[in-house]
Amino acid sequence: MNTRGLRSQLKDSVPVTGLCPQAGPYGVQDSLRRGFSSVKNELLPSHPLELSEKNFQLNQDKMNFNTLRNIQGLHAPLKLQMEYRAARQIQRLPFLPSSNLALDTLRGTDDSIGFQDILNDPVLSEIMGDPHIMTEYKLGVL
Amino acid sequence: IMATVSVCQYHRGGFSFENCKRNALLEADINKLGFSSPAARKTGTTICGVVYKDGVVLGADTRATEGMVVADKNCSKIHYISPNVYCCGAGTAADTEMTTQIISSNLELHSLSTGRLPRVATANRMLKQMLFRYQGYIGAALVLGGVDSTGPQLYSIYPHGSTDKLPYVTMGSGSLAAMAVFEDRYRPNMEEEEAKRLVRDAIAAGIFNDLGSGSNIDLCVITKGKVDYLRPHDVANKKGVRTGNYRYKHGTTDDTTHHTLTCFFPL
Repeated sequence: MNTRGLRSQLKDSVPVTGLCPQAGPYGVQDSLRRGFSSVKNELLPSHPLELSEKNFQLNQDKMNFNTLRNIQGLHAPLKLQMEYRAARQIQRLPFLPSSNLALDTLRGTDDSIGFQDILNDPVLSEIMGDPHIMTEYKLGVL
Repeated sequence: IMATVSVCQYHRGGFSFENCKRNALLEADINKLGFSSPAARKTGTTICGVVYKDGVVLGADTRATEGMVVADKNCSKIHYISPNVYCCGAGTAADTEMTTQIISSNLELHSLSTGRLPRVATANRMLKQMLFRYQGYIGAALVLGGVDSTGPQLYSIYPHGSTDKLPYVTMGSGSLAAMAVFEDRYRPNMEEEEAKRLVRDAIAAGIFNDLGSGSNIDLCVITKGKVDYLRPHDVANKKGVRTGNYRYKHGTTDDTTHHTLTCFFPL
């Protein structure tokens, strides 16, 4: 996972203003990385489920941690989140798909199957990011 | 350019909404020209279930429609969920098929994890949580029935995720016709033959009074330790046999010369 992703976890999970802000690291329209932009693309989701599906795992985790905190106290979600953070760092090279086995085991999704495993499985994706650019982006030198 | 664009987006599995805007635009254009976009294959259906003395009887018709055309004259609408739980599906055919297969896999993994025979309530809970997550966009209306350690149970599950636990349920476009039969003749703790006859008559009412249902009647009788999958239980609509033979007899001489006669018909 790229290090820039950490900042998004501090923000509200559902972005209210702008779905995919086209600004890159310099604050202007980043055509090279995000393609052409249009006002309609940014303001409206293309499908009512798009937002809810994008944040589904995040919302599930939040709900579960809240319940856990109410039942067992603050220590339980704190310890679990530390384990999640450690498991999330076990990744292959940036341009290769990772199995996320430790993360799945922690979440309990290793013995359940859903549409995310059947449709558009990242393991079977036909396009791969350019290895050089992906590693440069991950290391922050791009 | 393709490679650099995908750098920032973490590739996630599941539904992809990339083409939704394009599809909406195409739909508007096609409707302006006067054509209609292709329709998904639906199982405009009659499905029903009834709880009797020893278990559950599920019934379904076998017609699948694509708009106004019959796409499949003998499709199977009673899906396997686990050895003691079966599920009938109405609505979009692909949605019911995939949903029941996913839940069947999940239930198998769950029962391997617990070491016990799966319960009908577990399948019900999994189905309703998945259907609610997709807010009714997955068009699957299901009748779930089975026998487990707590006894025979029957649930009806609607596309938006609400469920009802009842002794007799009907779903699909022919549900009103089937429910009329149930309301007239249902009584608690029936015998197996009476229950099978009741379900057969209810599905037949749906087949003959609803355009979306037709062909044969499939039945599934689930009791403790035994499942009878009767397909077909009743061929209510047999395709007709051609009465005349219009072929030439074998050995007839071929006519190679053609003569044209103009006939004059005064009008």
